This record gives sequence, structure tokens and C-alpha cells, in this order.
Amino acid sequence: MKTESLWFIFLNASLINNFVLAYFLGICPFLGVSGKLSTAFRMGMAVIFVMLISSMAAYGIHAFLIWVDAPFLQLISYIVVIASTVQLVEMFIKRFSPSLFKALGIFLPLITTNCAILGLALFQTNKGYNFIESFVFALGAGIGFTLALVLMAGLREKLDFAEVPVIAKGVALTLLVGGILSLTFMGFAGLGG
Amino acid sequence: MESKPKGKLAGFFHFPQGDGLSTDEFIKGLWRENPVLVQVLGMCPTLAVTNSAINAMAMGLATLFVLVMSNILVSSLRNVIPKQVRIATYILIIATFVTVADYVIQAISLDVHKALGAFIPLIVVNCIILGRAEAFASKNGVWASFMDGLGMGVGFTFALLLLGFIREILGSGSLFGISLFADSFQDWVIMILPSGGFFALAGWLLLFNGLKLRKKQAQPEQTREEVLI
Repeated sequence: MKTESLWFIFLNASLINNFVLAYFLGICPFLGVSGKLSTAFRMGMAVIFVMLISSMAAYGIHAFLIWVDAPFLQLISYIVVIASTVQLVEMFIKRFSPSLFKALGIFLPLITTNCAILGLALFQTNKGYNFIESFVFALGAGIGFTLALVLMAGLREKLDFAEVPVIAKGVALTLLVGGILSLTFMGFAGLGG
Repeated sequence: MESKPKGKLAGFFHFPQGDGLSTDEFIKGLWRENPVLVQVLGMCPTLAVTNSAINAMAMGLATLFVLVMSNILVSSLRNVIPKQVRIATYILIIATFVTVADYVIQAISLDVHKALGAFIPLIVVNCIILGRAEAFASKNGVWASFMDGLGMGVGFTFALLLLGFIREILGSGSLFGISLFADSFQDWVIMILPSGGFFALAGWLLLFNGLKLRKKQAQPEQTREEVLI
């Protein structure tokens, strides 16, 4: 059943239905880590990696749970897989780039509670994607997440030098910028046809 | 904060003497430490499902249920769970209650279940719930944890309703599905779109920031101007 082409799935996940700006998944790191451009980019890379692995694992688990007829265990097993993947990535980064490990700080283990990753696993199950489609979907979602994070970080680096009314400082300003960014991404809606 | 229990099960059913303490746990979550408006936690469901008041209400109540139940269980097991695996245990407890909530909502109203979609299972990764389990329930008695969960849950529902009201009234011209205005009312379509969620929450935060500033500075005139900006 090839109803959607792979390219469309990719475009859909990364731009048209951007996980952060259209589905509000992964807002916590979006607000938390988007202060500096370099950190935001690396965070995005880590998220793409976790997404790819947990998406493939979720595909396998889903098939297994259908086989043993226990769909109510879906949520619990997904979250366990994601938590272990994050643990793996954490050890990997700590070994190969201690500076990045420090820069990401608490937000690295918090990828576990990043809704974007659990959301990805749930969406691909709901949409009934096959293995290749799931992989492309995960890649698109990860790149879309990184794109949103990097755009936001770039804007916020500039905003640091702007004069903002005291009342709007902090989260409120970030939310306003996020709203405008989300508006611009709605322009991609026509792409899917 | 109540005193640390001495024995393994001491303080398990420890009810505070006066009711003042537990009432305080309740009020704290409702206003002073409101999870959404003050701590800015649990943003994903806050922004995603508040495009109508009924969705906001369902989401708030489901989260309230999971929060209270997991707080009770975590707090009653707090002396049994080994420290090293506590986070994993909390997540499993939370995921169990979310699965229960998912099936209950499906049984009560299929429409609401469809409207909320993947956001019910996503309650698992709501930072508020894990945050309360780690920061409060793992250190306090069952009764205090129950009140804490109730307060935080009601505070969360309150914040969701604030957003849901404003977005449904402006975006669809109705409240709980009942039309409020005459046909001449032009819907602000943007309010029910994703970006409307950002703007509505930013608006409320601006308002509360303004109120806080006004209290602090005692310069009402100047701050009121800033509120209008």
C-alpha cells in the first residue's frame, strides 16, 4: 500500500507538520536549550539519533505486541526503550565529547521525557507506517526538530541585544517568538497538496 | 514539609495534626507554584489540546487523575524503591496509570478520545508528574502527597481552562460548544491554530508578570502602561 511517497512523508514530518511548531511536541527543550546556537544544534543531533533508534525499536515492539496480543503494554514498553536509548547516547557522548556532555547538562537525560520522541513512536504506530516509512518519518521529524531549535536559537541570540520591556522578559518573549515562527511554518501547508 | 518518618512504615498514614499544613500543599499548587503559569512545566499538552474548553477540561482531569494516583503510589512505596532505579520505577508507575486513564476516557467519550489523540498517552512524559514524584512524593507522607497531587492537578486544569476558554471564545465564538455571539462575529481563526496556543499563553504570562511587577514595584501607573503594550 504505497499511498504516500517517502519524500512526502519526509517533507510532512519536517516542515508541514513540524513536531515543535505544529504539534507542540518537545516544547521543553525548545524553550530550555535554545539559548545558544551551537548547543541547540548538538542537542538536535542527539535527538535525531535517539529518534532513529527508538523509532526502529518501536516498530519491532509494536509487531511483537500485536503477535502476543497485548496492545495495552505498548506505552510502557515504548517508554522503557526510549529511556534505555537515551542512556546509551549519554554514555556515547560522555566518552567521545565531554565538553558537549557538559553543555547539554540536565537536558540530555531529559530527552527521555521529550514528548517528541514518544510522540514519534505513537504517531508511526497510529499511521501504520512500514519499516522504511518509519525510518524516513523519524529522520524527517528529527531534522524538523533540529531546524526549529536552531532557528529559535538564532533568533534568541539576536534578541539578547534587543531592548525588551521588563514585563516580557523570559518565557513570555520566547513564546511570542515561537508563535511567530509557528505562523511562518504554516506557509508550508500548501506544499503537501 | 513534615518531619521525616523514623521507622519504615512510620508516617505511612500520618495525618498532620492541624489541617493547615495539607491545605497549604493544596493552595501552593493552585496558585503560588502553579505548574503552568509559574513553573512553566508541561508545555506540550498545555499548548496542544487547549483549542477548545472541553478538550482542555478532559486533558486537565486526566492529568489530575494520573498525578494524584502516582503521587499516592510513589509516596507509599518510597521506602521500598531502591535509589538507583527510582526514576525508572516512577516512569513505570506513571505509564500504568496513563494506560488506565486512556482506556477510561475511551469508554466515557469516544469523541474526546479522538480529539485528544496521541496526547493522552503523552501524559507519561508530562514533566509535572515526574517532577512531583521526584521532588515531593518521594520525600513526604501519603496524605501530604495526595494533597500536593490534588493541588498541582487542579492548578494544571485551571491553567488549561484559562487557555481553553480564551482560545475557544476568540477562535470559534463559542464556549463548551455553545455559540456565544451573533453570526456577525468574525472568528479569530488564528487562535485555534497552533500559533494561537503560543500567543494565548504568552498573553496570560504577560498579564501575570504585570501583576507581579505591580505588586513588587508599587508603581502602579508605569506598570499598567507596560501591561497594555
